Amino acid sequence: MNYSRILRIAWDGLMLNKVRSFLTTLGVIIGVASVIVMMSVSAGAEAAIAEQINSLGANLLIVSPMRGIPGASRTLLYEDAEAIGETVTGIVGFSAEQTPAPQTIKANGITLESIAVVGTSADFPQVRDYPLAEGYYFSAADNDRKLKVAVIGSGLAADLFGEESALGQTITVGSTKLTVIGVMASKGVVGDVDYDGRVYVPIHVVFQKFMTTSLMNKDSVRTIYIKVESQEKLDSVTMQVQNLLANRHDVDPAKPDFTIQTQQDVIATQEATTAAFRDLLAWVAGISLLVGGIGIMNIMLVSVTERTREIGLRIAIGAHPSYVRAQFLLESMILSLAGGAMGVVIGIATSVLFGAFGGMRTQIVPLSIPLAFVAAAGIGIFFGYYPAGQAARLDPIVALRHE
Amino acid sequence: MNATLIEVKDLKKVYGGEADSEVCALDGMNASVERGEFTAIMGPSGSGKSTLMNILGCLDTPSAGQYILDGQNVSGLSKDALADVRNQKIGFIFQSFNLLPRLSALENVLLPLLYDTREAQPQERQRQRAITALESVGLGHRMGHHPNQLSGGQQQRVAIARALINQPPLILADEPTGNLDSRSSVEIMALLHDLHKQGATIVMVTHEPDIARHAGRVLCVRDGRLISDGRGGNNPCLAREVAA
Repeated sequence: MNYSRILRIAWDGLMLNKVRSFLTTLGVIIGVASVIVMMSVSAGAEAAIAEQINSLGANLLIVSPMRGIPGASRTLLYEDAEAIGETVTGIVGFSAEQTPAPQTIKANGITLESIAVVGTSADFPQVRDYPLAEGYYFSAADNDRKLKVAVIGSGLAADLFGEESALGQTITVGSTKLTVIGVMASKGVVGDVDYDGRVYVPIHVVFQKFMTTSLMNKDSVRTIYIKVESQEKLDSVTMQVQNLLANRHDVDPAKPDFTIQTQQDVIATQEATTAAFRDLLAWVAGISLLVGGIGIMNIMLVSVTERTREIGLRIAIGAHPSYVRAQFLLESMILSLAGGAMGVVIGIATSVLFGAFGGMRTQIVPLSIPLAFVAAAGIGIFFGYYPAGQAARLDPIVALRHE
Repeated sequence: MNATLIEVKDLKKVYGGEADSEVCALDGMNASVERGEFTAIMGPSGSGKSTLMNILGCLDTPSAGQYILDGQNVSGLSKDALADVRNQKIGFIFQSFNLLPRLSALENVLLPLLYDTREAQPQERQRQRAITALESVGLGHRMGHHPNQLSGGQQQRVAIARALINQPPLILADEPTGNLDSRSSVEIMALLHDLHKQGATIVMVTHEPDIARHAGRVLCVRDGRLISDGRGGNNPCLAREVAA
């Protein structure tokens, strides 16, 4: 028996009802497309998160006030950061950071609204792996003296001064005049942070000039980044910082009012939030595939009933039951694989469109394509097996009498 | 080659499982058919003639007894082996033609070759055989037509060509003229006569005495038994049917 001929018979059977065959595949198309989209959206989200976290710098510990504790956002102080710098061993440096409300910036006759200002300590470029393009960063002494200087992002420099050098220029941030002493190297937009569009100023200047809201402790910091000498020392440094801060804050180390995270922790936390979304999509995809499979089974059963006489004749003139089974199994596999192929195309197109116009980062996972095909073929076999068995078991005497 | 093509010995067919609800469709039938014979099987409905036909066509298996077709005992064969016997040794002609509507006449005739498990001939050779078969039933000019473009008589001729394609030793015709008008019936019977003259062995089930008289031999079946093996007009089965 020539299996290419059975394939031909199966194909002819499907072409008999083109519209019906197409509608039958829709469930699989939608299911497979959602698998592809789901995987590309979550891969995109994970890649974006990882990139964002890694952009903070390597071997980093991130110390923040504990969320959800009243007053905790004011408990992490600049003195804590200095204490870490003085007593903790195994660190390269620290960068205490505080971000006031966005400010209006005027310079060179240009006014820019809503510019992010970041107060940092002197080791910021080193700790955050974020070098300067020109000029220099302020020193610890400059910071302590509350020197009115600023280092600006490369994009901001271009916006304000164009081709001209930004160094030595004066910019007015809010109502404070600052002298530009450096321009950061271009880093671009990572996550939702436009590094090139920010102004970096000594954190003490921020405390003095921009954190005037009475609620805030004037020298509270939002985050302390600690650069550790090597990956191996992360645990030891974490322990030292934990004990030091618990001691300074007079809290039980088991119930701290701060958190210490590594980049891996942050990535894991962020991914947990996207996991719910991804799980939802996975369910949608799974249910579509299931519904698609049931649709195929339904139509195959209808088809077997409709073609009972034909099947009876084929068996009467010598078709082995296994050929009949193969014919109907091939029909359902053609349906599901065609649905799979169309689903892959539509899924990739949707992912690309989401990425281009949907404001969503997507990254097509190559593995999802064979996975989708295997799933589609599996559905074809699983949901086609019962109808094909029905056809193969037909008694030719009864089938030939069927009206 | 053995002159006997069909031999049934003490053939029984019982339907139903429970002893008290059993229906005995064939109750120990003995008969044989020689090669080249044209035999009609007659009998009232419920006589067991359809069951006999199904067993002769290897579509059904007997509960007891032996069926020897072309020297091979087919009583105990598996489903697949029976399918091969049907494919290679039996050409079926049905009352309702049973052509596949979306295939052309030629493709319908080619159908049995599709399921032939013997070594396949080249496609062109198969096509040539199908064309020859269609020409032999006088439909050489209608090969591309679909069944719905053909008259009933023409459809039955396509079915006969399909029955002949594998050159089976036995042609089984089940009420071959049952769905045809009298003119087409005459044509189809003439065609069967021609086949018989060319040496084909034909077994035909019918309830019409006029049709049965075309056969050289009429087996009359009643209550699952062969009650008469008459030839021609003196058969009680024929006589009864005529009287009724």
